[in-house]
Amino acid sequence: MPLPADDLAALTDAALATATAGGCTNAELRVERIRSQRVRLRDAAPEGTSDDTEFGMGVRVVVDGAVGFAATVDVSPTEAANMVRSAIETARVTARAGGGRVEMAPEPSHGEVTWTSPFEIDPAVVPLFEKVALLEEWSRRLLADDVVSHVTAEVLSVGEETFLADLNGTRATQRRVRLHPQVEALALSEAGFETMRSLAPPVGRGWEYLTGGGGGWDWDGELARMPEYLAEKLRSPSVDAGTYDLVVDPSNLWLTIHESIGHATELDRAVGYEAAYAGTSFATFDQLGTLAYGSPIMHVTGDRTVEHGLATVAIDSEGVAGQSFDLIRGGVLVGYQLDRSIAASMHLGPSNGCAFADSPLHVPIQRMANVSLAPAGDGGTGGDGPTTDDLIAGVERGLYIVGDKSWSIDMQRYNFQFTGQRFFKIEGGRLAGQVKDVAYQATTTDFWGAMEAVGGSSTYVLGGAFNCGKGQPGQVAPVSHGCPSVLVRGVRVLNAREEAGR
Amino acid sequence: MIEAQAVVEVALVAAARNGADGCIVLVDESSHADVRFALNTTTTNGVRRDRSVTVIALVATGRGLSPSVGVARRSGVVDVEQMVSAALTDARGAPPAEDAFTLVDGMGAARAGVGAAALAYGRAPVETDLSVLGGVLSGLSSAFRRAAAHEVVLAGFAEYGVSTLYLGSSTGVRLSYAQPTGSVNLVGRSRDGARSAWTGIGAERIGEISFGVLEDELWRRLAWAERSLSLDAGRYEVILPPSGVADLMGSLFFYGMGGQDAEDGRTVFSASGDGGTRTGERVSDVPFTLYSDPFEPGVECLPFVAVGSSDSESSVFDNALPLERVDWIKDGYLAHLRYHRAGAARSGVDVAPYIDNLILRAGDGVGGGVGGTVDEMVARTERGLLLTCLWYIREVDPATALLTGLTRDGVYVIEDGVVVGAANNFRFNESPVDLLARATEVGTSVRALGRELGEYLNRCIMPALRIPDFNMSSVSQAS
Repeated sequence: MPLPADDLAALTDAALATATAGGCTNAELRVERIRSQRVRLRDAAPEGTSDDTEFGMGVRVVVDGAVGFAATVDVSPTEAANMVRSAIETARVTARAGGGRVEMAPEPSHGEVTWTSPFEIDPAVVPLFEKVALLEEWSRRLLADDVVSHVTAEVLSVGEETFLADLNGTRATQRRVRLHPQVEALALSEAGFETMRSLAPPVGRGWEYLTGGGGGWDWDGELARMPEYLAEKLRSPSVDAGTYDLVVDPSNLWLTIHESIGHATELDRAVGYEAAYAGTSFATFDQLGTLAYGSPIMHVTGDRTVEHGLATVAIDSEGVAGQSFDLIRGGVLVGYQLDRSIAASMHLGPSNGCAFADSPLHVPIQRMANVSLAPAGDGGTGGDGPTTDDLIAGVERGLYIVGDKSWSIDMQRYNFQFTGQRFFKIEGGRLAGQVKDVAYQATTTDFWGAMEAVGGSSTYVLGGAFNCGKGQPGQVAPVSHGCPSVLVRGVRVLNAREEAGR
Repeated sequence: MIEAQAVVEVALVAAARNGADGCIVLVDESSHADVRFALNTTTTNGVRRDRSVTVIALVATGRGLSPSVGVARRSGVVDVEQMVSAALTDARGAPPAEDAFTLVDGMGAARAGVGAAALAYGRAPVETDLSVLGGVLSGLSSAFRRAAAHEVVLAGFAEYGVSTLYLGSSTGVRLSYAQPTGSVNLVGRSRDGARSAWTGIGAERIGEISFGVLEDELWRRLAWAERSLSLDAGRYEVILPPSGVADLMGSLFFYGMGGQDAEDGRTVFSASGDGGTRTGERVSDVPFTLYSDPFEPGVECLPFVAVGSSDSESSVFDNALPLERVDWIKDGYLAHLRYHRAGAARSGVDVAPYIDNLILRAGDGVGGGVGGTVDEMVARTERGLLLTCLWYIREVDPATALLTGLTRDGVYVIEDGVVVGAANNFRFNESPVDLLARATEVGTSVRALGRELGEYLNRCIMPALRIPDFNMSSVSQAS
């Protein structure tokens, strides 16, 4: 059910005319419909489904150097005009509390833009019973194995239809579809329990992602191997805490990138706009161009353009074109993620398109682009960079870490701790069985500085998350992170049971 | 927009006409205002008005079988008929519900302690606007000037909203409840980033929060940090303030209190190996009671169940069920885990739905300690650390409820009863269950805003705890 063009034109006229009459220097009207569905099964039986559709409109204005935002679910031209007046009033009231003027970086009109993310089957048209039946069949495959005591299976799917009209003349109509399927098996023993979760990342694709037809994931293979991995984990020894060389799989590393690079290179954070909530950043603005973030083989980009990326758009939530840009080249910090106000306040020219609002009722703020670590080139040989096995072969005593699980990092993005789904000992360059209770802990620049090798494009996977939090009121953004396998030397590994005093 | 009560009636009539065997409708009208500030200036500020409508349709599946369920939730101006149709389509394709139970009937609900909610049903939703934050806004302008004069930057957030819920069912339920929620967070950082302090509080009546009191406490803490000390990782005697206790107990409340999860063997409260739980076992020598109570003075909350979609602990079938106090831990013993009615019946235990507040008390503040304020606990400390709040708390190992996270915005060093400076931050690894077992002193329980979970669990009353051996796993360079 697309947003009706006639209605959008009337809303645009009402909102922008009111903004112009009210002396606004900037105004963006956003009209959005977002449908989110969650289907969850527990031991092959539906536990509960939710099916939410949010429809509303919001406007952000800049008037006399102050920002105001207002939003409503009552979508009509009359309410659009009232909403703009309310946003202007909010800007004026809060301006009286004092503080500096807000400027917006310039952005040209992009005219009429229409864009749709690539998908074959819209998840919204697949009947609920078909979704339940697929998850039930997956669950039964796992439950058929003696080691598996319990299975949870769920799919989150989101369809976004958005319209943006600003005073520059941009009129952007966009549609995005994304999915996150997850299956987790649990096994019990006298010593307790262990779990194993699927590694399939959330993606900007349609329902074909779950049914295998050109969807980019081998579900049959993954489901077939999970019980074996789980059985091995259940009987594996607890890790000896100490220092290890790590080969980190993309299924784990995407989250380390997200936390220690993605958030740290958000300029609003680095400058202090998130000081009370999400935090600041060790990668302060005075170190742009000089900060040694990692080893010289480290190249990181931000983009809102990669195919199937969760943060990919044509036009962002404040009218800026989606684009790709460097954050780290040769291990050195060379760029930040920007929105229009932070780009203007730091005199960096135009925004690089990192604004996003998760709802028509929320104000756009700077949110993460797809932040990705480049794989190794071929070194001029015409072949690919190292495989994961090549990286493992370079380790005498270490761990190979697969899948993400627990994550935590401090408010300046120095100190992090991650766990994973499975951990393989590496002895003499070969895998030597699983260990459990592993958590790795490091300081961001130490970790990336100790990255000795990155895998080739054969190891590259686009991972990501639906649930990145930032801002007050809290907003949730989807984002992808591509990366190869990497080899990092000398990382502190904890034993989680010992940490709990067991 | 048409009135919420009319939406309920239209949906119930449409459901009956289209062959539903039962229907529940929830309409949530919310009105919200907020002010955000950073770098001594206001930043993103807004007001918004929202409505969400949830239609839950039940369809009989056959003799002796449970009904099946379909749900639809929409915000804004909704096509109620279309919603009912979508919910019925999903219900007709669904297998019998695992959590099916007799719907609560209106007369029973009205008699059982939610009579006020029945009377409130005829009222219009409560509205709010930016004027409720007038006290904060006027406090801010002088606070920004004072901060700028002292090379300090202020950041923070103040918000206030009222959510008015209307719940109706095909079994005659008509209930309403207006839930106000407010909070203020205030951070001050020296321009060089070396010193950082936080204060924050939640309140149902935002006008009663004194911005001046928060600001004075911030400056007292920034002054404490004028001397900085460098400490190594290790185990320290720690005074964990009410905010930190709220976050750790809140994490246990969200992740660790599921009855079905415990029976599956996946939580700290699972009995080993036999599908049972640890209910009845002793958790702590101190007679801690951790409870939720919709009628607790100062943190009153929704006194009946309102659930838009089922999960393993909460059920759409339980909508309108009157809530009363549940002790999760009582006098140091694990007393209840969260169950919906169907789960409780299967397991032969008490029904214990989610309730939107959390209170921790230890008798009258004694029992292992002598109670009192954080300042009084500091005065009784020979050598230790006073924490401000915790951040980025995540579960590391559900089997032990092990959590990791960071200290944030002030780790103060206490020597001979006084604060002598501020230390670096730490990453901790600790289990809230173990902390209850190891606490050697319990302060007086007060209204507390978890720095992390306060956003989701605003209404907490928590004591400060003295922990003799808190596990600071590593140093965080963050300030």
